[in-house]
Amino acid sequence: MIFDIAPAAPEIFVLGMACVVLIVEAYHNEPSHALVYWLAQVTLLGAAVLTLYFGPEQTVLAFNDIFVSDPMSALLKVAVCVVTFVVFLYSRTYLREHDLLKGEYFVLGLFAVLGMMVLISAHNLLTIYLGLELLSLSLYAMVALHRDSESASEAAMKYFVLSALASGMLLYGISILYGVTGNLDLARVSLIITEQTEPNTLLIFGLVFVIVGVAFKLGAVPFHMWIPDVYQGAPTSVTLFISTAPKLAAFAMAIRLLVDGLGGLIGSWQDMLIILSFLSMAAGNIIAIAQSNIKRMLAYSTIAHVGFLLLGILSGTLAGYSSAMFYVIVYALMTTAAFGMVILLSRSGFESDRLDDFKGLAQQSQWFAFVMLIVMFSLAGVPPFVGFWGKWFVLKEVIDAGIVWLAAFAVIFTVIGAFYYLRIVKLMYFDKADTDRSITSSHEMRFVISVNGLAILALGLAPGLLMSLCVAALSA
Amino acid sequence: MADYMRYVYLGVVLAPLLASIIAGLFGRSIGRAGAHWVTIIGVGIAFILSSVAFNYIVFDGGEVFNGAVYTWLVSGDTRLVIGFLIDRLSVTMMVVVSFVSWVIHIYTIGYMHDDPGYQRFFSYTALFTFFMLILVMANNFLQLLFGWEGVGLVSYLLIGFWFKRESANQASVKAFLANRIGDFGFVLGIAAIMTYFHTLDYAQVFQQAPLMANTTIELLRGTAWPLMTVICVLLFIGAMGKSAQVPLHVWLPDSMEGPTPISALIHAATMVTAGIFMVARMSPLYELSATALSLVLVVGAIGAFFIGVLGVVQHDIKRVIAYSTISQLGYMAAALGASAFSAGIFHLVTHAFFKALLFLAAGSIIIAMHHEQDMRKMGGLGKYMPITWITMVIGGLALSGVPGTAGFFSKDAIIDAVGHSNLPGAGFAHVALLVGVFVTALYTFRLIFLVFHGPERFGAEVRKHVHESQAVVIVPLIVLAIPSLMLGAILVGPMLYEGHFGHALLVLPQYDVLAQMGEDYHGPWALVLHGLIGLPFIFALLGFGVAWYCYIKRPDIPKRAAERAQIIYNVLVHKYGFDEFYESFFAGGARGVGNLFWRVGDVALIDGLAVNGSARAVGWFSSIVRTIQSGFLYHYAFAMIIGLLLLLAIFVHGIL
Repeated sequence: MIFDIAPAAPEIFVLGMACVVLIVEAYHNEPSHALVYWLAQVTLLGAAVLTLYFGPEQTVLAFNDIFVSDPMSALLKVAVCVVTFVVFLYSRTYLREHDLLKGEYFVLGLFAVLGMMVLISAHNLLTIYLGLELLSLSLYAMVALHRDSESASEAAMKYFVLSALASGMLLYGISILYGVTGNLDLARVSLIITEQTEPNTLLIFGLVFVIVGVAFKLGAVPFHMWIPDVYQGAPTSVTLFISTAPKLAAFAMAIRLLVDGLGGLIGSWQDMLIILSFLSMAAGNIIAIAQSNIKRMLAYSTIAHVGFLLLGILSGTLAGYSSAMFYVIVYALMTTAAFGMVILLSRSGFESDRLDDFKGLAQQSQWFAFVMLIVMFSLAGVPPFVGFWGKWFVLKEVIDAGIVWLAAFAVIFTVIGAFYYLRIVKLMYFDKADTDRSITSSHEMRFVISVNGLAILALGLAPGLLMSLCVAALSA
Repeated sequence: MADYMRYVYLGVVLAPLLASIIAGLFGRSIGRAGAHWVTIIGVGIAFILSSVAFNYIVFDGGEVFNGAVYTWLVSGDTRLVIGFLIDRLSVTMMVVVSFVSWVIHIYTIGYMHDDPGYQRFFSYTALFTFFMLILVMANNFLQLLFGWEGVGLVSYLLIGFWFKRESANQASVKAFLANRIGDFGFVLGIAAIMTYFHTLDYAQVFQQAPLMANTTIELLRGTAWPLMTVICVLLFIGAMGKSAQVPLHVWLPDSMEGPTPISALIHAATMVTAGIFMVARMSPLYELSATALSLVLVVGAIGAFFIGVLGVVQHDIKRVIAYSTISQLGYMAAALGASAFSAGIFHLVTHAFFKALLFLAAGSIIIAMHHEQDMRKMGGLGKYMPITWITMVIGGLALSGVPGTAGFFSKDAIIDAVGHSNLPGAGFAHVALLVGVFVTALYTFRLIFLVFHGPERFGAEVRKHVHESQAVVIVPLIVLAIPSLMLGAILVGPMLYEGHFGHALLVLPQYDVLAQMGEDYHGPWALVLHGLIGLPFIFALLGFGVAWYCYIKRPDIPKRAAERAQIIYNVLVHKYGFDEFYESFFAGGARGVGNLFWRVGDVALIDGLAVNGSARAVGWFSSIVRTIQSGFLYHYAFAMIIGLLLLLAIFVHGIL
């Protein structure tokens, strides 16, 4: 058998470069860590370019069919690389300001990216697990990056234990699937399940455990408890990372497992996702209102958005998966900008993570208040920003799937959710500032966050481009 | 068909729009002169291209253009497009609109010379021209509505142009409200068309209309309403608002708060005739409903006489002309009601010229009098302003319908057509229109005598400054005076009897009064000779005589007459009480109901219960639920296990 490594070229590249960066970090110990930073950024760009270069027109399997490269994986990997690139750029400013600038952040970040890419391209239950664990292990360490911080250590600990629990459940589910079907290959598992004529209780049993694993990774209620504590406890730069790129990978994991592997059980997982989605939208939007810490508020906002994302998946059609993919990419874009603004406003010894820290921003920086306004409007789903289109597309799919009541509740929860997004706009524009703040961030940070904010507006004005990419990625 | 014509039509609408955008957005950088040049050139281009289109369609016998230039939206089977229908009717309107607009743009240079809002004004007027052209060129109801609302918007903006004047703001709001009522009917009419015809395209609607002639709909349970009558009446309600027909005419006199060029352009020559144009355009629909035709006829005739009478007791020079406009619009509507659509449009065209002329002449006087509009403070101005005097007299003669002038041909045709009509109410309408001629001549010459003749009733200070206006004001007057005199004789044959409008207007044989009149038509001069001994002219002479006797010979008579006939005078001064009634009943009632809803609905229910109540409930719930997030690891793990067990219970064991 000939191994064609071309489909996995981006992963191999990232792995190689991550090792290089690790060594450079160990021996080239300069305080600014510029070399490590730039090597990591080059790696991400290189991986994106390689993904595009080797990106297949149709599905290509490799390594005894445990690895798949298809248009969906290509689009998601490029999104992961680009988002991580921006995340690293924002993080560098933050880490430097808070004396946390260590090479480990970027090394661990690269390994996490590798884990996500493997997860996205998994075509075997074990590959999924492998990618997931690689991603999670890197993230645990990143959360604990600030070793002296009590809250960071606590967050890391919680994350580790709960994640281990979830991984255990997922693995248990996988073992049951293996026991029933005798296969780990997703395509063959799928084939065997569709050939079954009678409902198999054991399969449903396994499915529940798999769903729990996916729900934990995405952060759907009631498997969301880790999110607020980890988001708040971790350094903002790590929160930024956890809340963006891994969600893309978790989306891919959901598609690979539920659609590619367990598509035959759609009747069951659709109902489960309806429950999870409803609870997530309800809990996320309602609890977010009571938060006074913006990182925690955004954590609940994430949970609410996950509920919306699940709407797209549970509609069970190609168009629904496309809309969910659109939603998750847009979500990553918006969340990057939201946490980016928190980082932008923070400075040495000052976190700027309370809602009150946004008071009166408009008087001090008209432009960045406007960028934040774009982000908040978009998160709330106000047209013409891209967040509106994300909601529009998934709602359309849910209604087409005939689950109108869920769509109605989704809209109601969105209206409730609009409150806490708009509160930030109100604080920025209508309240007086408590403190005299000056924005100390670097020019590149200011530039990129402006581009990030304007991209939300631009994509909102022309949502067709990204949407057609998503449709093309899934229909191949 | 010549392909380039498509671009000519596009150019007609886009040139004024572009000019308006430039003057509006870049007014400060291009300066005052830049603003008037760009809009005059833009509207001039529209006029030239309109003339090209007119020549192509009317003289070269070119094909009617009916097509979309831009598809706005497709939803199911419904296509919403921007499209043009360029036939003999629309080219006629295009030429009139763009020409009058162009002349008034030039005039404005003089009239608005010292105004700080100079660029804004030119931007508005060019924008108005754009909307009006869109309206007349539309090939579907949606675009008609777009143009319709567009001109309404600009009208609102321009009535309130001097927004620092309280009265101007009130007048603009009043115009807006009256038009909204009309537009409500209009939109309902369009909705009815959409519902029953499933299309908004004129051609398709007109094609299907005869099939629907006997369709009835159930508006109230158990009642059958003829569909065509419902649609036509609803559309006519729209026309009532826009074209100031009784009882929605109340806004037009107040619209005189706007600058005089606007009174001429929008509130006399073009916008207010949009309703007339619309009804004529919809002739294939109106012909199917005798009820609607009769309504149009009677409403028009009421306006023509009763509102015209009000002009006799007004003192503000512009208001007199405004009442005359309502009266003349009544004549046009009456013509439409009598199925003499081409006579209505004919009067629309001649009226556009002589009424614009009257307004601009009035404007010239107002400039000379330093923005004094009260005729009681004028008098004897003829010797100071000879050209204004002569052109105003020409306009007055045309308005009174003196044989030979433009107004004579169109107005006599209308009176004659109504006389031939057999619709219910035609007899009343005929009498009202005839007596209306007397009233028209009376207030017209009352105005001329009060302003230009008799003793000077202004102070020495004013006398020093009174002089003839500058060339940009005088030249438009002369340019408009010529068609006011001649246009009627030129157009009467083609427009009324020789089929100028071709297939653009549809008249059913049983209503075709013009065809009956055409049998006696022997050229314009025969009409003039006949007119000299006709009843209308006798009424006009009577009006002139009374005006002369009351305001030149025995100036004390009006006052004594007012004292004698106190009741009638009061009724007239209060304009039949329309304003008071609307103010106390509709406005007062709306305020009362609004107040009630505000207290009960807004404050108590929505604010108290719905908004604050639900917000409080959500906030309370949120604060409770957040305590679940205790921070204890084992709580979190427990939640996960519970979640897992619930899912297992529901899906594996099948509870629920």
